[in-house]
Amino acid sequence: MSFSAIRAIYVFEMARFFRTLMQSFISPVISTSLYFVVFGAAIGSRIQEADGVSYGAFIVPGLIMLSVITQSISNASFGIYFPKFIGTIYELLSAPVSFIEIVIGYVGAAATKSLFIGVVILATSALFVDLQIAHPFWMVLFLVLTCLSFALMGFIIGIWARNFEQLQLVPLLIVTPLVFLGGSFYSISMLPPVWQIITKLNPVVYLISGFRWSFYDTADVPIAVSLFAILAFTAICIAVIGWIFKTGWRIRN
Amino acid sequence: MSEILKVTGLRKSYASGFEALKGVDLSVTSGEILALLGPNGAGKTTLISTVCGITSSTGGRVEIGGHDIETDFRAARRLVGLVPQEISLEPFETVINTVRFSRGLFGKPKNEAYIEKILRDLSLWDKRKNRIMELSGGMKRRVLIAKALSHEPRLLFLDEPTAGVDVELRKDMWNVVAELKKQGVTIILTTHYIEEAEAIADRIGVISKGQLMLVEEKQHLMKRLGQKKLTVELQSPLAEVPAALSKYDLVVGADGASLVYSYDTRAERTGITALLADISAAGLVLKDLQTDQSSLEDIFVTLVKEDAA
Repeated sequence: MSFSAIRAIYVFEMARFFRTLMQSFISPVISTSLYFVVFGAAIGSRIQEADGVSYGAFIVPGLIMLSVITQSISNASFGIYFPKFIGTIYELLSAPVSFIEIVIGYVGAAATKSLFIGVVILATSALFVDLQIAHPFWMVLFLVLTCLSFALMGFIIGIWARNFEQLQLVPLLIVTPLVFLGGSFYSISMLPPVWQIITKLNPVVYLISGFRWSFYDTADVPIAVSLFAILAFTAICIAVIGWIFKTGWRIRN
Repeated sequence: MSEILKVTGLRKSYASGFEALKGVDLSVTSGEILALLGPNGAGKTTLISTVCGITSSTGGRVEIGGHDIETDFRAARRLVGLVPQEISLEPFETVINTVRFSRGLFGKPKNEAYIEKILRDLSLWDKRKNRIMELSGGMKRRVLIAKALSHEPRLLFLDEPTAGVDVELRKDMWNVVAELKKQGVTIILTTHYIEEAEAIADRIGVISKGQLMLVEEKQHLMKRLGQKKLTVELQSPLAEVPAALSKYDLVVGADGASLVYSYDTRAERTGITALLADISAAGLVLKDLQTDQSSLEDIFVTLVKEDAA
């Protein structure tokens, strides 16, 4: 294992983040504030409680998940797509590094960035609502695992994409709807019975449910199922990336 | 001298059926400079890309410093530096960070003194804090070389390193190459500038249609395949080659006062002695004699034409 190579990739990727630190910081603060204005104040005033929690506080885990998932995907997909686009991927392919080191470097940096944004949203939320975290360890674990797993997914999208349009395709058409329909802003117990069953086909439901449980000790699905779902998703992403590097799919000519 | 690169039966074909490399065999000795010449699409870049691991081969074997590029890729790749044909650099990063990244990527510990030396050697030190996007094309090419040298490679591939750069920079790069050779670095370069190969290479390889047509010592190649011309300057002008000299391959020079004789350096007899005697016998008075050898470019063009025929 070349730790030097991992560090080099990680530092190089994080430098991109630090170059735009202010916008990386301000953007989630503003968007979180807007969500609280729209969902918390405007809609939340008509919904008193959800699963025994004030609506404003209820949406915080979903809000964090929404940003963390989209940021993890976009950071990781852009991180590996950009070297492909500008041609600097030649250096990665000719370097004495294995796919594990490349993935750890890129995905680690992308996950770090989205973790930072998740923490910023959490801190911003604390300004608007009275937050409680029932299971801090599990909260951190779910957050980190979500950052990592979706960064892995973003990495796959970055390798798959042949142009910038494709880079946006999966996040816009698949991931964002899944996150919005995954109980970010509501409990699935609020849905009619048929839709509750259909919604459980959405993998994001398990992540948001588990994450919300770590805050308020209340969940739509059992916590063990949530944990299994995120670990299984992570394992699938790792297996796909392993296959990509083994075959050179869309990387080596 | 030990063998730094050994390529055996290397093949690369694409799904379309196109064969970019058709069983290339190549052996490169440590410390030499090999220039690979060939027309566009001949397979030069594919050969380099395959050896460096950027492209997967479909057959054959490559060893770098005795390490197989597939089974022992880490040890093999640590020895290799690559300057690609295209200028591929992260535009928003600074020069020095880009070079530091390359060193780290190749598993080398930090060495700021060495990075400074490379940047100074390539006249990049003053630009080290500039972002890549602020540099000229020539400077960017220097950055590519600095990146390739950052991990102290023993085998350096230069894929058309001076394409599109001005004459001054080209000469600077030749000096850099000469300096690297002194340090024992083996260099394989592809180039369209035959004068470049002629100026700096020890051996010349000619590749065409995915096959290595020949690899020879530069001097030997030029001696073997080169043609010489003898220009006989005369005291008086003449309209045509005298009938007495018609048995020779002679033409009247552009100035009308000379005869140009082409001969093969490989021939057992060049015919010069007999020609001079017959010129004298024909009553022509000699003013001066001059010989010219064909350039590497002439040889290259001849070889590629023969292959195309």
